[in-house]
Amino acid sequence: MNIEATPDVTPAETGWIGRVGRLAAPFIGLFLVIAIFTSIEPQAFASVRNAQTIAVQTVVVGIGAIGMCFVIVSGGIDLSIGSVIALASVTGALTLDAGHPPTAALAVSAGTGMACGLLNGGLVTALRIPPFIVTLGMLGIARGLAKLLAGNQRIAPPPESVGWLEGFVDKTPEPTWLLMAPAAWCLLAIAIIAGLVLRRTPFGIHVVAIGSSEQTARLCGVAVRRTKIVVYVLCGLGAGLAGAVTLGRLGVGDPTTAVGLELQIIAAVVIGGASLSGGEGGILGTMIGAFMLSALSAGCTLAGIDNSVQEIIIGGIIVAAVTIDGIRHRRNRS
Amino acid sequence: MTEPLPSNPEPLLVMHGVRKRFGGVQALRGVSLEVSPGEVHALVGENGAGKSTLMKVLSGVERPDAGEMSLGGRPWRPSGPVDARRGGIAMIHQELALAPHLSVAENIALGVEPSRLPWLGRISPSDRRGMLATARRVMGRLGHGDLDPARRTGDLPAAVRQLVEIGRALATDASVVVMDEPTSSLGRRDADLLLDIVGRLRDEGIAIVYISHFLEEIRRVADRFTVIRDGSTVTSGRMADERDETLVEHMIGRPLDAVFPPGGREAGEIRLEARSIAGHRLPVEASLDVRSGEILGIAGLVGAGRTELLRCLAGLDATVRGDVSIHGRKIHRSTSIRKRMRAGVGFVSEDRKGEGLALPMSVGENLLLPRLGPVTSGGVLSSRRMDATAGRWLSRLSVRGGGSGIPVETLSGGNQQKIAIARLLHQDADVLLLDEPTRGIDIGSKVQVYALLDELARAGRAIVMTSGHLPELLGVCDRIAVMHRGVLGPARPVEACTESSLMSEAVLGPDGSGEGEAA
Repeated sequence: MNIEATPDVTPAETGWIGRVGRLAAPFIGLFLVIAIFTSIEPQAFASVRNAQTIAVQTVVVGIGAIGMCFVIVSGGIDLSIGSVIALASVTGALTLDAGHPPTAALAVSAGTGMACGLLNGGLVTALRIPPFIVTLGMLGIARGLAKLLAGNQRIAPPPESVGWLEGFVDKTPEPTWLLMAPAAWCLLAIAIIAGLVLRRTPFGIHVVAIGSSEQTARLCGVAVRRTKIVVYVLCGLGAGLAGAVTLGRLGVGDPTTAVGLELQIIAAVVIGGASLSGGEGGILGTMIGAFMLSALSAGCTLAGIDNSVQEIIIGGIIVAAVTIDGIRHRRNRS
Repeated sequence: MTEPLPSNPEPLLVMHGVRKRFGGVQALRGVSLEVSPGEVHALVGENGAGKSTLMKVLSGVERPDAGEMSLGGRPWRPSGPVDARRGGIAMIHQELALAPHLSVAENIALGVEPSRLPWLGRISPSDRRGMLATARRVMGRLGHGDLDPARRTGDLPAAVRQLVEIGRALATDASVVVMDEPTSSLGRRDADLLLDIVGRLRDEGIAIVYISHFLEEIRRVADRFTVIRDGSTVTSGRMADERDETLVEHMIGRPLDAVFPPGGREAGEIRLEARSIAGHRLPVEASLDVRSGEILGIAGLVGAGRTELLRCLAGLDATVRGDVSIHGRKIHRSTSIRKRMRAGVGFVSEDRKGEGLALPMSVGENLLLPRLGPVTSGGVLSSRRMDATAGRWLSRLSVRGGGSGIPVETLSGGNQQKIAIARLLHQDADVLLLDEPTRGIDIGSKVQVYALLDELARAGRAIVMTSGHLPELLGVCDRIAVMHRGVLGPARPVEACTESSLMSEAVLGPDGSGEGEAA
């Protein structure tokens, strides 16, 4: 008699069908947001200009969310990302102010972010403190450091020193055939690379494995600590780049920028189908989540909806996304 | 143990023709079960036979699609678990279902707290005293009257926690108590105590449905049995009338000619050698060597340090003293698991769900995780190569029930264990450290795992395995060493071992001096 006669498998939820199913929710959300605002403000919302605005607004949240996606899939969280973005924009502005070229400012911002990430990852792995606590501490430290470095005010480098960094984030780009800001194209390229890294490299599988079951990863000889540190450094790099982009858009290094942005960034990742308990999540979903959030905020601005209401809506969406995730899990388990 | 019972005195619980379908799977296809008061009724069958589903139907967690149930002569249709509990059905789960932060008394009263108003009503001091008194009373019935019911449950040893769960059943005056593998988390001494208590409950007239994989245990405690297979009742009868062999044959549905592979393997060179190694707490001292082509068994009581020994050898836990060599080359005792794996050591964890496998990840990912290099091209993973490589291992170990892309948690326990072993083969390990490789898998899969271990040893691999089940070690291993309070005794050829010699060494130590009771 065949001992394995009872079918072990539920065919749904596997392979690419399962993956597409997981992306259905963020796609529907995005579609709803676009549909609602197109009906409220047909002229203004469904315009090329607005699309360009949304594209450029997606860049900051999007770059941050790519790094955050790695952290969340590995089973961690980085609450410090908003503060690190502010710190990176300040260090970048100081670099410009000191007469260095924009490329140097970009490098300094990126380096700032990576240093913060290294510290986060180092503390999480070496001292075995939960990432929630470590990055909560870093949230305060980076914000304070930014204010200290900037002397509690904005750092405004000479406008001409911002150079190409300004055009990089210009929503009506030169030349016009680019259609959207170069930074948005860069985001797209980074997202594609990050998606490949997460799904198609041993490093990516190791990240998923650590988030799925850290003990198993260790038992399989995965370099758990090193991988985790790299993950936080990647998230810091994302924050640093987002800081440079913020600097380009504002033209100043503002230590009070990006307050609460970590909420939007984490929301983008969770809306995109990631599980806060780790092991699940993807870059495509994250990008849809980020895009949906910027469409929402652009739409609210156009429709004259107050910022505070926007925050309430985003908070509600996060709860809804996590609820949907929970329901899906429960259904899978039973 | 007691007077022979009349063949069927007024069954208290009758389940007849119970059917239940989950999606495409017919989990129960007409199961019948009759249990009388004052009887321990063993419910046996392979994993997946439908035992748990049947008990879920009984305890109101699932509703049956068809079939009749009656309890004490009245139709039994619980609307949910709480209703079932009020009606007198108590479940003792395999995994402890207690809130570790609550006190013993609070756990026992959980869900039936004596408050005036439901839910939000204040638990008055007198109610609290009542809860403590109830807890003391039921724990007293279980032989633990001296236990302080205000103690935090999480601070108690596992065996006592198990009793608290039983106490919870007694507190609601359960007439039927269902025990699902109640000894699986207990050591032998605690298990013995538990079995005594099962007997005591029976003598008080409670009907007990006892689910267990351990035949010896069932033999000791049960009066009657029902075997279910593939969702149907196969047979039912008195334990005294049935031999172990026929019981197993009923369970697996085929003749039991060869559970264990034939012996006669030839040992080659020493692959792994440990000299006086010690861990942080356990092991205290262990020396062993294992040669290619042989299976070395490690016996011992729960808590003796078998798992810790294997974890030290694998590099998962720190070794603080002693020397280890792999393939004759000495390695430093602080060598990481990754370097040891590269030297050819592989480890299968006893905790398959928590540590052994990343359950939500796919079969292929779980299998290939230690060595992804061969399935990449230019640093990028190739799903084609992953499927092909994983597929080869799956067919090699005859894992049926899905390809490499499905989550490993959808496989049966036996197939999951094969994935954990296949991982070592993919990793190309030639020293296999297997901690309880057959724990929690059904007997059919066990037979397959035994045959696989034999085949691997014959192909020149060196295997060290632990097991809490002595007949298994005697049937599979070439040599057996016994661990006693963290100290590993000498390995003896299996021909020189018997169950009783191993057991006395496990309890008393190698020289039989018996420095006190084992943990």
